[in-house]
Amino acid sequence: MPVGLVVVSHSRALADAAVELTRGMLPGRELAVGVAAGDVDGGLGTDATAIADAIAAVDSGDGVVVLMDLGSAVLSAETALELVDDDVRERVVLSPAPLVEGLVGAAVTAAAGADRDRVAAEALRGLAPKQAHLGEPAGEG
Amino acid sequence: MTVVDAAALTAWVREFARLVHEQRDTLTQLDSAIGDADHGANLDRGMTAAVAALETTPSDDPAAVLKTVATTLIKTVGGASGPLYGTFFLRASGTLDGGDGAALAAALRAGYDGVVARGKAERGDKTMLDALGPACDALDEALAAGKALDEALGAAAEAAAQGRDATEPLVARKGRASYLGERSAGHVDPGAASATLLVEAAATALAGRG
Repeated sequence: MPVGLVVVSHSRALADAAVELTRGMLPGRELAVGVAAGDVDGGLGTDATAIADAIAAVDSGDGVVVLMDLGSAVLSAETALELVDDDVRERVVLSPAPLVEGLVGAAVTAAAGADRDRVAAEALRGLAPKQAHLGEPAGEG
Repeated sequence: MTVVDAAALTAWVREFARLVHEQRDTLTQLDSAIGDADHGANLDRGMTAAVAALETTPSDDPAAVLKTVATTLIKTVGGASGPLYGTFFLRASGTLDGGDGAALAAALRAGYDGVVARGKAERGDKTMLDALGPACDALDEALAAGKALDEALGAAAEAAAQGRDATEPLVARKGRASYLGERSAGHVDPGAASATLLVEAAATALAGRG
């Protein structure tokens, strides 16, 4: 089974669109992508219990990489790890990668059958193609 | 002597919810100066849900009361105060062992440590820790000096309020306010303001319990 991916965002629309974009790059491929986005009323916000549920749903035993936007998404993703079972927690990586670029990199790698650490590394490298193309080193400018 | 039982903790939670609701606009106003103007509304929604959850599933187990508050806040707040206050109550729940003042102080300290770990923040960063930290210290000191719990909580509430007021000149180093840099100075931190309400609520709700 491919490594599972979870997208955490304040915005349901943003998360769904990022997943749609990613699926568009992998036509016909099976992807285990979960979304935990928006608050309980459908507004902007994050919910650690929803993230924990999404992690459990995409976890096939081969690991899960969680991508997130910013602020409370990061705090909620960390809090979610306190809510999942111990054995699941050990299989989860919270990625500091940029959400869109990281998700695409992770999904392409996961669909190719790479293991969790490889998928997480590719997510982290997500900005590299854009940086190389635009000639702007990371963290400057 | 058991003074900190499930009923006392429920009373604390209800009083905190009442204060947050009452000061919802003030909290949001503080947050609109340096944050994203949702702290009052978010915390009010979360604490209203927490009180409702305690009514739906009341418990005689003090740790279970705190756990219910934790999971409800994590689920319903939406903003950063959800995981932060949620972690506070989660760790406090996991630590609470016994029904005296020392047990409560240890639980609050564990909650504070949980917020430090979750937020990767420290005192002076212009966060809720600037109120919670002094409150935990004052509570420990007063109890060590042999003060009764309600008096010790009164001292803790005073220390929290002083810590809150002391955030005004600080430059924010965490959260959305940190993008403002120097411009975040000159405003009281909304998280420190709500954390002060949390400690004040404890002093009020547990007054007269010894």
